[in-house]
Amino acid sequence: MSFTITEKILLAHIEKKSVHPGEFINARVDLALGNDITAPIAIKKFKAMASKKVFNRKKVVLVADHFVPNKDAQSAKQTKILKDFSREFKITNHYTLGNGGIEHVLLPQQGLILPGSLVIGADSHTCTYGALGAFSTGVGSTDLAATWITGRVWLRVPETIKFVYTGRPRAWVGGKDFILHTIGDIGVSGALYKAMEFSGPTIRRLPMDDRFSMCNMAIEAGGKSGIVEPDEITRKYLASVFNGPSSLVRKKTFKSDKGAVYSAVKEYDVSRIEPQVACPHLPSNVKPAGNLKKINIDQAVIGSCTNGRMSDLKMAAKVLKNRRVSSRVRLLIFPGTQLIYRQALRSGLIGEFIKAGGVVCPPTCGPCLGGHMGILGENEVAIATTNRNFRGRMGALSSKVYLSNPAVAAASAVKGRIAHPEEL
Amino acid sequence: MKKIRGKVHKFGNNINTDEIIPAKFLNTSDAGELARHCMEGISLGFAKKVKKHDIIVAGENFGCGSSREHAPLSIKACGVSCVVAKSFARIFYRNAINIGLPILECKDSGKIVPGNKLEINLAKGEIKDLSTGKTYFAQSFPKFMQELINAGGLLSYIRRHYKK
Repeated sequence: MSFTITEKILLAHIEKKSVHPGEFINARVDLALGNDITAPIAIKKFKAMASKKVFNRKKVVLVADHFVPNKDAQSAKQTKILKDFSREFKITNHYTLGNGGIEHVLLPQQGLILPGSLVIGADSHTCTYGALGAFSTGVGSTDLAATWITGRVWLRVPETIKFVYTGRPRAWVGGKDFILHTIGDIGVSGALYKAMEFSGPTIRRLPMDDRFSMCNMAIEAGGKSGIVEPDEITRKYLASVFNGPSSLVRKKTFKSDKGAVYSAVKEYDVSRIEPQVACPHLPSNVKPAGNLKKINIDQAVIGSCTNGRMSDLKMAAKVLKNRRVSSRVRLLIFPGTQLIYRQALRSGLIGEFIKAGGVVCPPTCGPCLGGHMGILGENEVAIATTNRNFRGRMGALSSKVYLSNPAVAAASAVKGRIAHPEEL
Repeated sequence: MKKIRGKVHKFGNNINTDEIIPAKFLNTSDAGELARHCMEGISLGFAKKVKKHDIIVAGENFGCGSSREHAPLSIKACGVSCVVAKSFARIFYRNAINIGLPILECKDSGKIVPGNKLEINLAKGEIKDLSTGKTYFAQSFPKFMQELINAGGLLSYIRRHYKK
């Protein structure tokens, strides 16, 4: 019997000998995450069930990141619910302003995600962790409460689409461009209910941060999960996270069998891909950055769970060094976590951003979802390294969001319009 | 299971969770408050217009985007009795079933006329347009999902099946 990596991980979390796509399983969960938007509902439901304890307090993670620093009294109440619950149930993986950051940047960095593990999170971008070879998917608050009680989650075993990337990427092209190009090709429901397996020689050379960006946006194609088979790059990343090889990296890693069954196989030659931009109002509305030179912008946002990592900030700084942000543009930069903020400060990136006329904000999801810290006004246009450009996503219903990689966003901030970095 | 009767409110493809409940309202989880802003990202005033038992009919990939359970919660709390769509985004789909908001996948959803009155038999997946007399059929739920639905949602199901 041949299986995909996704099927193998699911199989390792149930008491069965075999799994098939379409089958319903009740799988053991290795980590269950909630945030300041979704966890308060889960906590309310958990308490309504008169539950005395969570299934395993070390496997529960709570991150306040969407409305921190607290936007208003109501969001302050939400973060307090997380804090109080963590105290009451002795949950040590509670992160908030000062020790945390954006959940999907934070958890891998904290060493909480291991290859082969099964992770659920009440946040749609939980699919990010597939970059480390985990099965990881977004669920709702009721699901989260149920897992805290039972330690399990009900899942429909997904079919897998295999995406094979070949060729050497051009300058200023990376994981964000590959995934935007892919979503542009298959559409926002092109992988509905399915696992997206990213593979091929280009992926084998692709740095971990780019893999996170790719898996992060699987949901924008309707995918249940994104996944990359673990390899030497994965092991090096984990070793750096654990500060040297650790006994914690104990999980058996999985690979797809040669005879594994895929519902479809898609191939892309990345050497033909230019920096990609998703135009309003769907992530699938993708065009090459060079074709959008007439689009003026009011704001550029660099950060988020898609592109708030160290290599993203380095890419942006490379473009911004010794340049000035256009007087027409507000440039906001959000390092993904407190740790990344410190690293960026130490390596001089923060200074470069400020010198260029950018504003460096605390780690938060804030502007990505139109929460706070960079809301767009009527008819304003933004380019953002985030993941969604739905109508009104970042503010006023008449505002527009274009999605890109950090280099394109930085170049556009300098030019005052959408720009390819090589124009500078 | 009783039949549902209500007026059709029609929406297109890829209706996302930011349209169902914009993120600026997510600093609360109060169902009444969420109901007041239901569909505000796409149809301002929907919450005032919608009547108890009314039905949302949409195209493909309804509820795409965020995992926010606030989306099905706001729909349920503003009185909508059922959402019929050609297909649903997966997290919205499980959220709706988990919280007991009736949903039906119907490939003919595009043929249903806005403003018409529907009668839905959930158990049979039968959607009858009372204005035209036409009947459409929804895809039946897999056995496990049907058990969740019959239990009234995930937590009631767990209450039945798990012992402390």
